[in-house]
Amino acid sequence: MTKSLWLTSGMRILYFAWLRTRVGSAEEDVTPPAGVRDVRGLLDWLKTRSPGHAEAFKDLSVVRVAVNQTYVQPDHPVTPADEIAIFPPVTGGSS
Amino acid sequence: MIRVQRDDFDVGAEIERLTAGKHDIGGVVSFIGLVRDLAGGASIKAMTLEHYPGMTETQLAEIEAEANRRWPLSASLIIHRYGRLEPGERIVLVLAASPHREAAFEACHFLIDWLKTKAPFWKLEDTDKGEKWVAADARDDAAAARWVKG
Repeated sequence: MTKSLWLTSGMRILYFAWLRTRVGSAEEDVTPPAGVRDVRGLLDWLKTRSPGHAEAFKDLSVVRVAVNQTYVQPDHPVTPADEIAIFPPVTGGSS
Repeated sequence: MIRVQRDDFDVGAEIERLTAGKHDIGGVVSFIGLVRDLAGGASIKAMTLEHYPGMTETQLAEIEAEANRRWPLSASLIIHRYGRLEPGERIVLVLAASPHREAAFEACHFLIDWLKTKAPFWKLEDTDKGEKWVAADARDDAAAARWVKG
């Protein structure tokens, strides 16, 4: 990925469940600074966007991230071309 | 097969369809998950299931593929509903069919345990004390962990 793409392309982020309600939208297009290269960096930067974001991301132990619909760890790289989803631990199925 | 749908399903019809013409099947094990009316002392009026379209299907298909790698299954099916459901309504159906019952029982158990911790669904409870997102339960992680190969 070239530097110019990082500076000019937006990144699409999807939110689900209580992360969606705290952030205040189901998706947003963001343009992180060039230094944001991985999931950890993205979350740290997202925290600074609004009080709602800060509240949503204050406890990262209950935040999960998928890149291109696959679960990833904090050191996974992110690029503007990725579909990034942020959500709480899943609670499907039944007892 | 996997299906993610808003509508209810007919368990008998699904078993019929899954097993039709497959005469190697010796047994079918089913798990049917229902909405309960109580959670943590609160009375539940309804539950709304949100999911991540696209990733849900990808994850369910991967979970089913993993069950097929581990057990000799003749057929399998996962149906998971989304949207607003009231107590008593069906949420999820898992069917596992195999020549022998042991594989069918184990695969069905694996599928529901694995699904609970991997498929991107979230439950919002509408209770007499207000709306509440269901928190993940450590017991579900423990249930799934027993299937992790050491």
